[in-house]
Amino acid sequence: MVARTLINVPAKAKRGEVIAIKSLISHIMENGFRHDNVGKPIPRDIITSMVCTYNGEEIFSTTLYPAIAANPFITFYTVATETGTIAFKWTGDNGFVIDASAKITVE
Amino acid sequence: MPDRFSAISATRRTFMAGAGAMLVVRPAQATPASMAAAIRQVAGDAAIKPGKIKLSIPPLVENGNAVAITVTVESPMTAKDYVKSIHVFTEKNPQSNVISTKLGPRAGKAEISTRIRLADTQQVVAICELSDGTFWSDKVDVILTLSACLEDPI
Repeated sequence: MVARTLINVPAKAKRGEVIAIKSLISHIMENGFRHDNVGKPIPRDIITSMVCTYNGEEIFSTTLYPAIAANPFITFYTVATETGTIAFKWTGDNGFVIDASAKITVE
Repeated sequence: MPDRFSAISATRRTFMAGAGAMLVVRPAQATPASMAAAIRQVAGDAAIKPGKIKLSIPPLVENGNAVAITVTVESPMTAKDYVKSIHVFTEKNPQSNVISTKLGPRAGKAEISTRIRLADTQQVVAICELSDGTFWSDKVDVILTLSACLEDPI
């Protein structure tokens, strides 16, 4: 199953401006502490990390734990330095890997 | 006869309610001690002082499945003085760690927002590490009416 992602990056920014980056990815984030209706533990299935790069340089990375709500939504900030691509990579349990990117024009 | 019957069913009802209550096994919970251990794993032996960091979380939460939090650190975010990392911990969730983020001077503004799960009425702690190696923290007590994490799907 391909998870749906949503990235919100301003299309245009002035050089040196601090911009907000919002990211959302669809994922159940099954925390591994619950049991099904016959009492069997439900195995953990979460996204464990998200890394964000700006023209190949890492600007933000995070480790997620089961306490992150389903469909992880993360907002952070960066300085718009040059025109290029802001790329995301999410990795998780059971070989989960998703990439996504957004373009930004810096004037 | 009807009287006796109702008495039996009342007893049965009481028994079933009691049996149901006994079947509820409390799952493993993180305790303040394990939260302290998780914090020590991040901070090592460094002193953690209150201040500089602000954790915004509603003090009264209706639904623990998605609680919006924002962590802000007062920092100029220059190449010499910036925030290296921000961590969030809970006292009574099954696992103390919530999120760990790595930032750098390129962030421009040391602020992150996300949505977390809370299992119980408890204290939530945010910790940051600055580029000079000092650690700062903020604690917020949160009252919860509907718990997340531990409810089993029906």
